Amino acid sequence: MLKTFPKGGIHPTENKITATKAINRLPVPKVVYVPIAQHIGIPSEIIVDRKDSVEIGQVIAKSGGYVSSNIHSPVAGTVTKLDMMVDSSGYKTQCIVIRTDQKNEANFQEPEFPLKREITMGQKEILQHITDSGIVGLGGATFPSHVKLDLKNDNKVDCLIINGVECEPYLTADHRLMLERADEIVVGIQILMHALHIHEAVIGIENNKKDAIKVLKKAAAIDKRIKVAALRVKYPQGSEKQLIKSILKREVPKGGLPMDVGVIVHNVGTVFAIYQAVQHDRPLIERVVTVTGKRLEKPSNFWVKIGTPIKDLVEAVGGIPEGTRKVVNGGPMMGKALKSTDVPVTKGTSGILVISEEEASRQESKPCIRCSNCVFVCPMGLEPQLLMNLSEKGFYEKARAEDILTCIECGSCSYVCPSHRPLLDYIRFGKSIVKKLETAKN
Amino acid sequence: MADGRIIISASPHVHSDRTSKRVMYDVLIALVPAFVISLYVFGLPALVLTSVAVISCIVFEAAIQKYLLKTEVTVSDGSALITGVLLAFNLPSSLPIWMIIVGSFVAIGIAKLSFGGLGNNIFNPALVGRVFLLVSFPAQMTYWPTPFENNMNMVDAVAGETTLGIIKEGLLYGETMTTLASQIPSVTDLLFGFTSGSAGEMSALALMLGGVYMLARKVITWHIPITILVTMGVMTGIFWLADPEQYANPMIHLLSGGAVLGAFYMATDLVTSPMTKKGMVIFAIGIAVITVVIRLFGAYPEGISFAILIMNAFVPLINSYFKPRRFGSKIKAKIV
Repeated sequence: MLKTFPKGGIHPTENKITATKAINRLPVPKVVYVPIAQHIGIPSEIIVDRKDSVEIGQVIAKSGGYVSSNIHSPVAGTVTKLDMMVDSSGYKTQCIVIRTDQKNEANFQEPEFPLKREITMGQKEILQHITDSGIVGLGGATFPSHVKLDLKNDNKVDCLIINGVECEPYLTADHRLMLERADEIVVGIQILMHALHIHEAVIGIENNKKDAIKVLKKAAAIDKRIKVAALRVKYPQGSEKQLIKSILKREVPKGGLPMDVGVIVHNVGTVFAIYQAVQHDRPLIERVVTVTGKRLEKPSNFWVKIGTPIKDLVEAVGGIPEGTRKVVNGGPMMGKALKSTDVPVTKGTSGILVISEEEASRQESKPCIRCSNCVFVCPMGLEPQLLMNLSEKGFYEKARAEDILTCIECGSCSYVCPSHRPLLDYIRFGKSIVKKLETAKN
Repeated sequence: MADGRIIISASPHVHSDRTSKRVMYDVLIALVPAFVISLYVFGLPALVLTSVAVISCIVFEAAIQKYLLKTEVTVSDGSALITGVLLAFNLPSSLPIWMIIVGSFVAIGIAKLSFGGLGNNIFNPALVGRVFLLVSFPAQMTYWPTPFENNMNMVDAVAGETTLGIIKEGLLYGETMTTLASQIPSVTDLLFGFTSGSAGEMSALALMLGGVYMLARKVITWHIPITILVTMGVMTGIFWLADPEQYANPMIHLLSGGAVLGAFYMATDLVTSPMTKKGMVIFAIGIAVITVVIRLFGAYPEGISFAILIMNAFVPLINSYFKPRRFGSKIKAKIV
């Protein structure tokens, strides 16, 4: 029996239609739009001005604090504008607009990075490189990686977990990366183990990616400390807390962090970015993005420069088909619906999903028949139906007492509800109010 | 986006193909085998009974929603249909038509809609209808047609006795299980339902077949039906072992009366049962204990309807005491 987390979870249709498509490089866009708030935490501070010319990988916005991150220029070119622009969240943020220099060959020549196994840097140097390279969690949460790696003395971490679960339907970015860059990922893991003095690492991969399990097992054979764990397919296994439970049977305490149970979790994409930063001095300026949808002409996986308009991505797969009603930044379970495709790819963009009319429209919400399905599938042991009612009726204090803040917003409750009730919508709303009330109290 | 009409909504953007309607129709499909047996054993009256109950439940729901509450008519969700079928299954097939209509009114109008409609009722509507009829018209409600007799004749049904009725009365008048043995149907008859009783409760086998279907379709979980049957079996077993002359064996208790119908179809009613698995087990134990107490020591031969209604009242309490264990908490969530 394969490992998985015990409580809750669902099995949405996988629809991994791009699983066999090798990652291609998307042509460098003419203009890139780089938002300064691409990570969780304080936005970065712009350090370039209009008309400045910038090089590939040059820092254009520096970290605005501890929980923040540097942002580098994805192309060589000229800064044409610093402006407030709508990003994928739908809100306006400060953006650095850079016109690509069409004459600069560096833009069109992809530097080769031969596999470099030998780790020459010391612990401090590695952490400094990760901090400087603007690396954030590429699984979607975009939490600045150096913060996760900055261990306080009282936290004893004994296991590094590498998240290769990719439990979101449709998305295959991590899957392809594991298949194509397994050796680099293994070196990336070794770098992290070296920097953190950890002697055990487990790569968690769901069993629907048997090829990736095989490739990584082979690649990891050079280091006995690194193991690959095949996991039973169940959404939301890619959630940090669930993944730790699946692999180590440890349970992150309520309101706590993985560190509290001696674990650090990094996504495979992040580990690859760390490899590039440490071994090749390459900052985070591009990532893998899956562009997918049942009716797209040629759904694909791409290496995309940060700041590329999403429009360019959908054009590269044959454009948006007739009858499209929704374009989602991310996967179908947790992604955000976009208002327009003019917004740029950011560090957290793992996929663009194009959804047609019949899939996109929500059905009418019917009365709750108390079937308990939401309670059964909640991986956090919450009662979504109760939390929805409390949020709807304004009983926020009670909602807090019922642990509304521990909801990870995986959407399993809304997914299974036979009455199509907007459970997660109300829970999100309730959470935001409860958070505000708590801030007001402090 | 191509033609300007886009939908922006929060995640998740996909949904399982499960709908409330599908859940309701699964329950109906599960009731088919028992209905077929009922037609075979009681004939035309069973068909009339079920049709009248179903039609009047639907008509009452539609009429009350349209003319009295002036809200949207929701009979298409299938819940009134189920209430109708379950009510019919809990009534003797010889019941006068007007009483069936009164029972349907009580079930839909009082037990369901006056509480706020689907999802808000505290008590199982079909059982409220049945119990209302039982206390109002005890003679007609305990006038059991004999199987296979006067099947096609609506008027002259011959009165029989239910298994539990025979036992209750017999023991009351000083007989023992040994002397009653000849009057009690065989286990095979109980399994196939060739016995007297409410229209849909007789065949344990047909009901369990439907129950297995509901389990397979994940409409219900095992917690309620299995806990009820096991607890009833254990409890009646203890009494039977203590005095086999005064107490019927567990097999008779489990296969006769409304035990299987109640365990699989009435107690598992989604709306009126607890929301957590722990709560379901507690709820089921309560039902089984009350049922056995009524059967062995109460005035009525059968008590599962009362037991379920009594435990229905405890569901809100059970829900607030038996919470799922929160992830990351070593102790159960505090009760607020």
